[in-house]
Amino acid sequence: MHETTHHHADTLKSHVEEATGVILSHCYQCGKCTAGCPLNEEMDIMPNQILRILQAEMPGYENKVLSSLSIWLCLACDTCYSRCPQEVLLSKVMDYLRQESIRQNKVNPKAKDILSFHKAFLDSIKLNGKLHEVGLTIDYKLRSLNMLQDVQLVPSMMSKGKLAIFPHQVQNTKEIAKIFKRISENKGDQQ
Amino acid sequence: MKIGYYPGCSLEGSSKEYNDSLFAVAEKCGVTLEEIKDWSCCGASAAHNLNHDLSLALPARTLALAGSQGFAEIVVPCAACYSRLASTNHEISENVTVKTKIEGYIDLKLTADVKILTVFEFLQKYIFPTVDKHIVNKLNQKAACYYGCLYTRPKETAAVDQIENPMEMDEVMVKAGATPIDWAFKTECCGAGLSVSRTDIVAKLSGKILEAAADRGAESIVVACPMCHMNLDMRRPEIKKQLKKDINIPVLFITQALGLSMGIPADKLGLNKHYVSTNKVVNCIVKMEA
Repeated sequence: MHETTHHHADTLKSHVEEATGVILSHCYQCGKCTAGCPLNEEMDIMPNQILRILQAEMPGYENKVLSSLSIWLCLACDTCYSRCPQEVLLSKVMDYLRQESIRQNKVNPKAKDILSFHKAFLDSIKLNGKLHEVGLTIDYKLRSLNMLQDVQLVPSMMSKGKLAIFPHQVQNTKEIAKIFKRISENKGDQQ
Repeated sequence: MKIGYYPGCSLEGSSKEYNDSLFAVAEKCGVTLEEIKDWSCCGASAAHNLNHDLSLALPARTLALAGSQGFAEIVVPCAACYSRLASTNHEISENVTVKTKIEGYIDLKLTADVKILTVFEFLQKYIFPTVDKHIVNKLNQKAACYYGCLYTRPKETAAVDQIENPMEMDEVMVKAGATPIDWAFKTECCGAGLSVSRTDIVAKLSGKILEAAADRGAESIVVACPMCHMNLDMRRPEIKKQLKKDINIPVLFITQALGLSMGIPADKLGLNKHYVSTNKVVNCIVKMEA
């Protein structure tokens, strides 16, 4: 009954709980999260298994979670959370696991393109304060080396007025860069 | 009272027709929206995937600006922006330590209570009171209202009454003279932010949604999210390959559908900007008898 109060183990479970406020022992493995997950067919470790592995606090298995593809496929659609009888906010756990996976340099090789896209997206915001879709596309192509993907869309998007060649920017782009800088100085987080 | 407006990045780019149709509908009803000066990106999926503090700081900057510019309400038509702004609002109002930390990052105070309106809330509150006298057409078609994830989950920020069977857009479509269908995929996920990095997954998920709408006889799909629109409309070639069949149901933004019933010309509503032709939708329309 006092399991969480005098529990100070240096495990992934304790870090997740501290950072997210989600109590992992609340999960009793009913499996509704996995049953409803739109990505379950693509995942290498099922959502309920991720929770079970974290509960077990075995370091070898924790690495499996941090290097899984599942944590990068999760779309944070929150179908799991809305159906969970114990209201375990799994998407928040997934956000933490992704960030931890980057910090520990354990990103699954198959998730490289997904991560490249997120990084290119944030770089575009850091630079302009707003997303510049053309800049993002070029940046993502360079990072992922998927040079030809979606190229056929460019002329039609241009003619439909869906692509702005030049970025829209906030008035003082340095303000946005400062927000990124303050956050990275405070936590050493990835950007 | 002035109503603030946060278009978000998509509505300035790939979903410009959502922006234009929203303004066309508002203009017709004499409602003015005022853009929040110097707003910035909400951070979208990228920020909450990679950096929790950033995912709060970016929306918080816009919320702080809205407050200091005297807006009590802001309209946020993009589902992703809505979700990020609403969850930031939720987290900073629940936790004063987080709020103080975020204020430090953005160097602005989060003092004012700014209400965030989704497009349905905006339509209900500001457009519905006068819309009836502007409605001249019946859309006269079976419409599948597709809500996706971000308006319906998580429950803390849900913008709908019933999270498994929302009806807010269905009500707008009834006003526009369409027949909303009952179907099982209203709140399924389209694949959202994996559109570019894992197009194969998006084709699979969006394909299931499209197929479900077709099986129920839908003549149009109506959305209120730029990403749902992009995945169901622009990704149609990949979906066709995935389904091994050709489904040509057009996808409209809710404001385009309402605008058509108000007699606003199709080009002013940006119907020409879609990948899947919207002619079928326009051809169903019948004039209402005076």
